[in-house]
Amino acid sequence: MDYFIELLFGGLTRGSIYALIALGYTMVYGIIGLINFAHGEIYMIGAFTSFIVATVLSIYGFPLLAIVVIAAVAAAVWSSAYGFTVEKLAYRPLRKAPRLAPLISAIGMSIFLQNYVLLAQTSDFLPFPELIPEFAFMEPVAHIVGSSDMVILVTTAVVMVALTCLIKFTKIGKAMRATAQDKTMAVLVGVNVDRVISATFIIGSALAAIGGLLIASHIGQINFYIGFLAGIKAFTAAVLGGIGSIPGAVLGSLVLGLTESFATGYISSDYEDVFAFSLLVLILIFKPSGLLGKAETKKV
Amino acid sequence: MSDSPTILEVEGLSKYFGGIKAIDNVDLDIRQGEIVALIGPNGAGKTTFFNCLTGIYKPTAGDIKLSDPRNGKSTRLNGKKPNKITEIGMARTFQNIRLFPTMSVLENVMIGRHCRTKSLIFGAITRNKATRIEEAQIIERSYEILKKVGLHRQVNEQARNLSYGAQRRLEIGRALATEPFLLLLDEPAAGMNPKETEALVALIREICAEGHSILLIEHDMKLVMTLSDRIFVMDYGKKIAQGTPVEVRENPAVIKAYLGEDVDA
Amino acid sequence: MFPVKELKRSALISLWFAFLTFPIMVIKVDPIERIVHWRWDNMFFIAFGSFVLSILAKVFMIQKERRASRKKRKIAAEPLIQRIAREPRFLYPLVVACFAFGVSFPFLFSTYQTNIMTTALMYVVLGLGLNIVVGVAGLLDLGYVAFYAVGAYSYALLNLNFDMGFWAVLPIGGLLAAFLGVILGFPVLRLRGDYLAIVTLGFGEIIRLVLENWNAFSQGPSGIANIPRPGFFGMEMTFAGGITYIYYIVLVLVVITIFVVNRLQNSRLGRAWLALREDEIACQAMGIDKTKTKLIAFSLGAFWAGFVGVLFAAKTTFVNPASFTFLESAIILSIVVLGGMGSIIGVIVGALILILLPEYLRALSEYRMLAFGAILVIMMVFKPEGIISNVRRSYKFKGTNTPEGEIHE
Repeated sequence: MDYFIELLFGGLTRGSIYALIALGYTMVYGIIGLINFAHGEIYMIGAFTSFIVATVLSIYGFPLLAIVVIAAVAAAVWSSAYGFTVEKLAYRPLRKAPRLAPLISAIGMSIFLQNYVLLAQTSDFLPFPELIPEFAFMEPVAHIVGSSDMVILVTTAVVMVALTCLIKFTKIGKAMRATAQDKTMAVLVGVNVDRVISATFIIGSALAAIGGLLIASHIGQINFYIGFLAGIKAFTAAVLGGIGSIPGAVLGSLVLGLTESFATGYISSDYEDVFAFSLLVLILIFKPSGLLGKAETKKV
Repeated sequence: MSDSPTILEVEGLSKYFGGIKAIDNVDLDIRQGEIVALIGPNGAGKTTFFNCLTGIYKPTAGDIKLSDPRNGKSTRLNGKKPNKITEIGMARTFQNIRLFPTMSVLENVMIGRHCRTKSLIFGAITRNKATRIEEAQIIERSYEILKKVGLHRQVNEQARNLSYGAQRRLEIGRALATEPFLLLLDEPAAGMNPKETEALVALIREICAEGHSILLIEHDMKLVMTLSDRIFVMDYGKKIAQGTPVEVRENPAVIKAYLGEDVDA
Repeated sequence: MFPVKELKRSALISLWFAFLTFPIMVIKVDPIERIVHWRWDNMFFIAFGSFVLSILAKVFMIQKERRASRKKRKIAAEPLIQRIAREPRFLYPLVVACFAFGVSFPFLFSTYQTNIMTTALMYVVLGLGLNIVVGVAGLLDLGYVAFYAVGAYSYALLNLNFDMGFWAVLPIGGLLAAFLGVILGFPVLRLRGDYLAIVTLGFGEIIRLVLENWNAFSQGPSGIANIPRPGFFGMEMTFAGGITYIYYIVLVLVVITIFVVNRLQNSRLGRAWLALREDEIACQAMGIDKTKTKLIAFSLGAFWAGFVGVLFAAKTTFVNPASFTFLESAIILSIVVLGGMGSIIGVIVGALILILLPEYLRALSEYRMLAFGAILVIMMVFKPEGIISNVRRSYKFKGTNTPEGEIHE
């Protein structure tokens, strides 16, 4: 039973991280219909930025709480800046191009950013400083659920609520929903679509950065290549839930996280990534609209 | 005309998008050699009806039966793929022109010959005699069709460089290249000037005289009234009237549907 | 000449990039030794570089606009390559010269050079194969490397387990890859373009992961070594001789591929592919079986990858899963995109540039993947048609009495 609970929490933790990244995919897809292939790299840059900032601060002897806060803010700020820049450079000029052009551009961006970090930093795995302490009150259950699992779940939940409020109640959130439904109409009623798209990239990138910080401190190491796999998996989660749908992304992420956790726990850990990829291929073939997505009707 | 065999029989066709009934229980039939028009206000479901016939949409309910007058074989079209339906002998044009813009006028028509020819990888690589003869025939036949639709002077032009009216005629030519016995035209006169429309009427008559039957969607009432043998009227997804032009013109339901529009023009 | 407003804009851009790249480019920490390196010189390079690049990009954009407006007034001058390709007087001697150079290459250069050239030519074939799928038929295949892996592993495994020779496996490798292409293509080819791309990517990764983890079958990450080089009527060959021999095999394959791809493009099938790329729905309405036509393109591309895979195994005498990562697919895609989608000459030039340049400019080889990524973005943004835009043969109709399709290039 303990093992089951351990896997359950492991799966939920994983799922939460996927959700933080998947939201970026799903929001961008919902608004401009692009698979932002470079999104995994934004997450990786978030992890790297927080690693660099946290390590520098700990070398200069800052207190733990300050390190956590500053590293999180720095990760969010720089990831957003990267997301914003990537959109401006690689996607905005291609807004009217055929569908595959921005996707190829996105793939190029992803490869570019990976190698940029590789060249500017290192190809080695780097040890990530321990930012989440073992809480005393978690002591009795520590052998099943770690403190960092708890922190990840709580943080994700808080972020989700904040995002929901942002989209439901703020002006930019309303503009985003309007643009997602009908871009032309949104322009006609005075929505600045360019600004909405930029905002979407910024928000999505910041979420991915938080995810990057959390997973890096949870696993304890990072390298330049973590974005690729995490990106694909989060994308799988977004598609599973129905791409374009925000609740769908969260649901899909949790389902994927739990599936992976139980599959590796009860079946075999050798094929951990094969599960995700197979799931991706199968959903796209059999139910491309996902769990909560709407089927598209082609207009002739 | 009434004793000609029925080539298209649509019974109780419905298409729902979610809760919206785009087409609701529509019957329609076309006999060999007829020109039939499908009219109705914008959003009446005419194009959706075409898309159901040609297999682009899957109808929610109803039956579509197509009978080839050349051999009397009849086929149920429900659930068939668009390319199969074209192969059986029903071709269409599109309301918002869908040519292959960067291909030449000739090549556009040559694509129409695709389903009537056979050569594949082996033929393409070896370019054997059968393939060469087939290619020559494709080109010859395509050129004849272009002559018929009056585009043989622009044969090497890129399709996107043609005028609007010429593009519409090219679409008709391309559809003819598939050797259909029934031709569906979706607003063939849209965007044409009066002179072009006149030429179009002549072209449609000519095509019909060659033994093709025609079903057309059109908003140009003058064209509809002069060309059609029979007219079906749709509104809000339902068929509200059918009959000869004279009957339809005097039908109160039709006048109501077109409220304010000049039906008698 | 260059407006002050633009200079200001460029200055702002360079400030932005200095900020953007600050943590990653400037700070480097050593978490073990607990030392921070501040690399301020990098910030200067970034600021200066982005300033210059932003000006260049702007100049390029202005010129492009000017050219576009000029195009409206009169038909644009044909690019040089296009004119050469159109004129048999120039084309044939050029082809003969290229071929002669190709044949005499091993005599003119060292074994080392020949070996590099062989690699480049293999990428030419891979590029041409992928070009059928991506460039001509418009299907973005991101798992192309999977078929390459199938070819390579067919030779490695069939040789290991059944002692089969290179020449016997060569067609088998191609056919297996094509078969796999059909199996995969059948369910996925009805997907929309971007979904297709992701599914093929996933599929490519699955193949690699299986090869990595299924030790009993593929010997896992350590791979299979001591694969024999191709034989020549049982003759023993020196190392250099073997390399030259493979070079010629690949050269012949290049010639065959060009011939076949060229013929395919100008056939009933090639027309259908082009039409499919332009408008799927119209294609179906014209009676073209969408799935079947795509499937043929997809499996033909796979066939070529399988072919080259067998050659790759024979050339390196060693295969392991690490040679078949997504990046390999991305490299081949870069070749097709850089060269110009659908253009045979373009793909050849693209492959030679992208593979030979990093080999000869060793200093650049570190930046190879960075450049590949940048190429994909830059080409899409500035020149989506590639460096050599597709000189598509279109059917010209001559005369009205004897209708006959004359083909011009």
